[in-house]
Amino acid sequence: MSNEALTLSEQILSHAMGRPVRAGDLVIVEVDRCMSHDSLTPEVIDSFRNELKAERVYDPDRIAIMIDHVAPAASVATADAQVLVRQWAREQGIRQFYDVGYGVCHVVMIEEGLVSPGEIAFGTDSHANAYGAVGAFGTGVGSRDMALTMATGRNWLRVPETIRVDVRGRFRPGVVPKDLSLYLCGLLGLDGARYQTVEFHGLDWLDLDGRETLCSMTTELGAKAGIIPPTGPAAAGWDVPEWLVVQEGAAYARTIVVDLDELTPQVARPYATDNVAPIAEVGEVPVDMVFIGTCTNGRLSDLQAAARILDGQHVAPHVRLLVIPASHRILAEATADGTLATLLAAGATLGTPGCGPCIGRHMGVIGAGEVCLSTGNRNFRGRMGSPDGRVYLASAETAAVTALAGVITDPTGL
Amino acid sequence: MATIWLFGDDVDTDQIVPGRYAPYMNSEAELAKYPFIEARPEFAQEVQPGDIIVAGTNFGCGSSREYAPRALTAVGVAAIIAPSFARIFYRNALNLGLRLFEIDIRDQVADRRQVELDLARPALLVDGQWIELPSPPGWLREAWDEGGIIQYYLKHGRLPLEEDA
Ligand code: SF4
Repeated sequence: MSNEALTLSEQILSHAMGRPVRAGDLVIVEVDRCMSHDSLTPEVIDSFRNELKAERVYDPDRIAIMIDHVAPAASVATADAQVLVRQWAREQGIRQFYDVGYGVCHVVMIEEGLVSPGEIAFGTDSHANAYGAVGAFGTGVGSRDMALTMATGRNWLRVPETIRVDVRGRFRPGVVPKDLSLYLCGLLGLDGARYQTVEFHGLDWLDLDGRETLCSMTTELGAKAGIIPPTGPAAAGWDVPEWLVVQEGAAYARTIVVDLDELTPQVARPYATDNVAPIAEVGEVPVDMVFIGTCTNGRLSDLQAAARILDGQHVAPHVRLLVIPASHRILAEATADGTLATLLAAGATLGTPGCGPCIGRHMGVIGAGEVCLSTGNRNFRGRMGSPDGRVYLASAETAAVTALAGVITDPTGL
Repeated sequence: MATIWLFGDDVDTDQIVPGRYAPYMNSEAELAKYPFIEARPEFAQEVQPGDIIVAGTNFGCGSSREYAPRALTAVGVAAIIAPSFARIFYRNALNLGLRLFEIDIRDQVADRRQVELDLARPALLVDGQWIELPSPPGWLREAWDEGGIIQYYLKHGRLPLEEDA
């Protein structure tokens, strides 16, 4: 065992620093990529202009701006805020500007290749952890941190400890990466990885979609980052720096072993993402709405999985099935391959690519007493609308069978 | 005198300010009406400048929304005392100069208890007894005292840990 060995986070931050850094060190790093979306960019602009009195961003080509959180605008207030964001981005020469309809920020970042293995990426969004799917160190920050980063190109970080998740075996039919994420949420709790990175091993075979689900959901563990080594078929064609390799003997805060052969579909019940149970223990829960979408599970493979289940059938009476592809590209692909037609024939209704009702602002918020099964990542009280609504979180597969049955249903029983 | 507002574990940002009440959705001027608007509606009506939140573990978990801590500073919350804070909330509070103290004092206070906070020391006077509050190490404390990282940067012309230019 070599005490020189570093975790993936330590490697990325060491590379940025030009010297070895270790968990616990406080460092100032240059930030390779910044992502900011419509919801928080107005505050970023305010701090950038009025507090920092900054004029130019450090590098417009390292910054991406997305309009996804209320897209298209739902009110005069949001429309006005978007006008401000568009004007500012133009003024700053930010060409990576993804307006209404492109899709959810994190999904677009990865789809468009705006973040690469080994990079440090900040997003004004807690689910920036998703960029670990391509082997980047992605982390969420608030508006002032983003303003400072956009003005100076750098910011401080504490090098995180790492929890290693060793995954064995393969998913059984009907069980998917979302179930692994929810299982970890139940196991570790809302702060189980607070200030830490979650590093996944044994998933060389996993596709990019699954990687995005796993990395983005590490946010629900309180993690600073989630990362999967950029190796295996999914990583073919990626530009992986030669210094970014798994080093055996790196120091992990703890190691968790999960055997996928034993994993069953999982559900997070209201009102916390760690209130998780195997679906068999959830009981008979009637639903009013099923929502397939978000940065966690609104990708093509999720829509396809739902379409396979819904093919030739119709959602239960009194159930609304809302489908929001996570990006325009996914919408186009789902249109081209017939997935969308199958979903629409089954009774689905379609929303503009973006966050939709995930954050409870528009396009399908729930009312008092309503129950929604969502493929998203948060079910805190009031998250998707009324504080007296109830949100359950599960996979797209579970969502589809639930839409058919009208009650939360196990997709492996098909 | 200040009033203690006692909360439990895992107070999430959707409780502090639901996404529907963001400045983006309404207006900046409204923000002071919204802290805990659904989770504890009397809070925004009765909280006084200088009041203190005492909570359990992982305060502020969830979103990166800086308007959550900003809603608390908008009503004058002087400090939050909890055994642990979620990481983005911690950074945001630091950037706003909102003082956080990582210590569990839930057993020593009660909801609505009148106390006195001495930020300079820092310590909290409860029923005639001072409870010492831990300060963050080094430059974090300095940045906090100066009103946040942005203020620190403006004052020093550099980020913490960097050499003077
Ligand atoms: S889809 Fe939901 S979780 Fe993802 S970025 Fe949008 S609001 Fe956040």
